[in-house]
Amino acid sequence: MNLKLKIWRQEGPNDQGRMVDYQANNVSDDMSFLEMLDVLNEELIEKGDDPIAFDHDCREGICGMCSLFINGEAHGPVKGVTTCQLHMRSFKDGETIFIEPWRAKAFPVVKDLAVNRSAFDRIIQAGGYVSVNTSGNTLDANAIAIPKPDADKAFDAATCIGCGACVATCKNASATLFLSAKVSQLALLPQGQVERKERVTKMLHQMDEEGFGACTNTGACFVQCPKGISLENIARLNSEFRNALLS
Amino acid sequence: MALTGLFLCTFLVGHLAGNLQLLISDPTHAAESFNAYAQFMTTNPLVKVLSYVTYFSILFHAIDGIMLVMANRAARPQRYAHEKASTSSVWASRNMGILGTAMLAFIIIHMSDFWFEMHFEMKPTFKLDNGDEVKDLYLEVVEAFHSFPYMLLYVLCMIPIGFHLYHGFQSAFRTLGLVHENLTLLVKRVGVIFSIVVPMAFAIIPLYVYHFIPSAEEIQKSESYKAKSTLIEVEND
Repeated sequence: MNLKLKIWRQEGPNDQGRMVDYQANNVSDDMSFLEMLDVLNEELIEKGDDPIAFDHDCREGICGMCSLFINGEAHGPVKGVTTCQLHMRSFKDGETIFIEPWRAKAFPVVKDLAVNRSAFDRIIQAGGYVSVNTSGNTLDANAIAIPKPDADKAFDAATCIGCGACVATCKNASATLFLSAKVSQLALLPQGQVERKERVTKMLHQMDEEGFGACTNTGACFVQCPKGISLENIARLNSEFRNALLS
Repeated sequence: MALTGLFLCTFLVGHLAGNLQLLISDPTHAAESFNAYAQFMTTNPLVKVLSYVTYFSILFHAIDGIMLVMANRAARPQRYAHEKASTSSVWASRNMGILGTAMLAFIIIHMSDFWFEMHFEMKPTFKLDNGDEVKDLYLEVVEAFHSFPYMLLYVLCMIPIGFHLYHGFQSAFRTLGLVHENLTLLVKRVGVIFSIVVPMAFAIIPLYVYHFIPSAEEIQKSESYKAKSTLIEVEND
């Protein structure tokens, strides 16, 4: 198939940036979206042009490195997948495809489609950890009994890969779904109880510091999340914060 | 936003319950009932406290809402060239600021019409069964809703309120940290019903008065009303 691409090009953080038109010909249905961009980049390199910068790593949907706002949606039109798992069969011959970087004040563009997501790392550093005894007598984690429903919910929250689709799709560029998953996965487990109260306060404070917006419960984050992180986590985050405030 | 929002939801229920007295078909009975209610609402000290809490809630909710919209807009300085927002969220949830502004405009019009006139303007009076002579707010309402554009404005203004409640009601519960799957579903359903029933019930009142209650002039001419009302000529339009 042949496609018209409208891709955001920006030389560096201080460049203004603009949408540039490209033509992708003879694209196979079986290509992943990133492979399509790889082929386009090969052509650009052959012509002596600057290839398009975009983030990617594992290309099997588990690392959270790929991004891209494709045709108005985070990770493209297919729900529950990352861009690397999106295939060209999801598009029609002759279609025009818009490709833009995540847009948020807290995710500044590094180059073209690559954005800096270090703000997420700093939120984790603020409180997304547990204290573990490392003096040689470490407890076996399986020795602590955890109710199955709690373990399941904690695991579901822990499937967040930190890709930032929630921020990209939220009209407020809020990182609340990400934060709520990171708070929930620890708040639900016995190992997370020691820092429970200060964790939520510190991480929320860091989210605000980074310039993310506030949650207005539109629910768009959950719809676009490639891992289907539940909105129940946001309710839990708010309840954790309320408890931390009142105690 | 959640606390003041939910408080204002309870206010809406109270306000609606009081206003449903306007649906009484006999004007003299309706006037007795509604004016007695108005007297209670303006003189009871507990209601007075509650009314100040309501004014505060409206102001706080509006100012906090404006600040929230501004801060959230600042979080995305560069917009997308192409965005399909409707695939992942409902329209009302993305436009609470606009809906809220429409509601605030309505509240200002509404307060200047009835609240201001009730408190500061001279109007015909009505003698209640308890002997007190009070300003005839019932007649005021009937007169207002007999103007077609006015009646239409009140009915149409219930639409943004419905959409605002549609998102706001259930959103408030999540903000307050309600964590339980079954309860979340219940809140959602109650929210949908609330956002449809309350604005519709409010909208019925001006429609009913316009179509089924005689005009203020005719009411004042009736014998049973004359006995209670001070005979002030209603101005002809």
